[in-house]
Amino acid sequence: MILDAIDRALIAATQEGLPFRPRPYAAIAERIGIPETEVRRRLGRMLECGIIRRIGAVPNHYRLGYRANGMSVWDVADEETDRLGREIGALPFVSHCYRRPRHPPDWPYNLFAMVHGRDRAEVESKVAEIARLLGEAARGYEILYSLRILKKTGLRTRFAGEKTSCSA
Amino acid sequence: MDALDRLLVNRLQGGFPLAERPFAEVARALGTDEATVIRRLARLREEGVLTRFGPLFDAERMGGAVTLCAMEVPPARFEEVTAIVNAFPEVAHNYEREHRFNMWFVLAVADPAEIPGVIGRIERETGLPVLNFPKEREYFLELRLDA
Repeated sequence: MILDAIDRALIAATQEGLPFRPRPYAAIAERIGIPETEVRRRLGRMLECGIIRRIGAVPNHYRLGYRANGMSVWDVADEETDRLGREIGALPFVSHCYRRPRHPPDWPYNLFAMVHGRDRAEVESKVAEIARLLGEAARGYEILYSLRILKKTGLRTRFAGEKTSCSA
Repeated sequence: MDALDRLLVNRLQGGFPLAERPFAEVARALGTDEATVIRRLARLREEGVLTRFGPLFDAERMGGAVTLCAMEVPPARFEEVTAIVNAFPEVAHNYEREHRFNMWFVLAVADPAEIPGVIGRIERETGLPVLNFPKEREYFLELRLDA
């Protein structure tokens, strides 16, 4: 799909969040000057395309008691990475799982799995589950705990190009 | 947080209805009323339990590009380098991590072709090499954190 000027106005009007009012889409519609049904139709289309991943609450990990955040990184045999990556991505405690390039000799790891826990011991026991699942396919791993959030901003509208990777 | 707060956080991490009165639909499903749902969610947002409430956009699907980068920053220069890196509007998140590579940040740009230029500017301004970790595959499952 092509994002037109109205879509981009809609992204700009909702990226900070929806208003906590009985008719939140009507409030957005009023702000950008289109009918309320049009707001819902366009958001629905973006959701279908994956331009919107989901609509709802984004919790703060720390405030929910998930104080330990470990980025586990694994050196997995290339030919096994996709199959095992899918299995690790499906574990309920893994929030993100990606294959990324190695940078030898500094960085041998090609599989990244983010694990949240109430403390480091919980993260470590979850990482041990990943290690069991990977078995001998993993030649090594490390856990990089986050110490501080140095910056966190939402997406900005200027990241919305006209062409999207969505064919719907 | 009481049981209803927890229920709202657990049940609303996706699937918020695209209905005329979505809070009323949520309330019906949870056996409460619209005003209570609105009041609770607004409070959770205000208190910072929720960092956002609304659509979560995917920069790549919008035609943009995102990449993860890492730097090995000498401890004595950490604050100075943080200020330089954070000043780039393309830096969406930046985390300090416990490792020799101690700074990890995410770049988000409108056009994938901008990435090498931004990385080059960060390297020049900090005098430090940047490792680029573009994602090659995503093994995705929606995040559900239990409250």
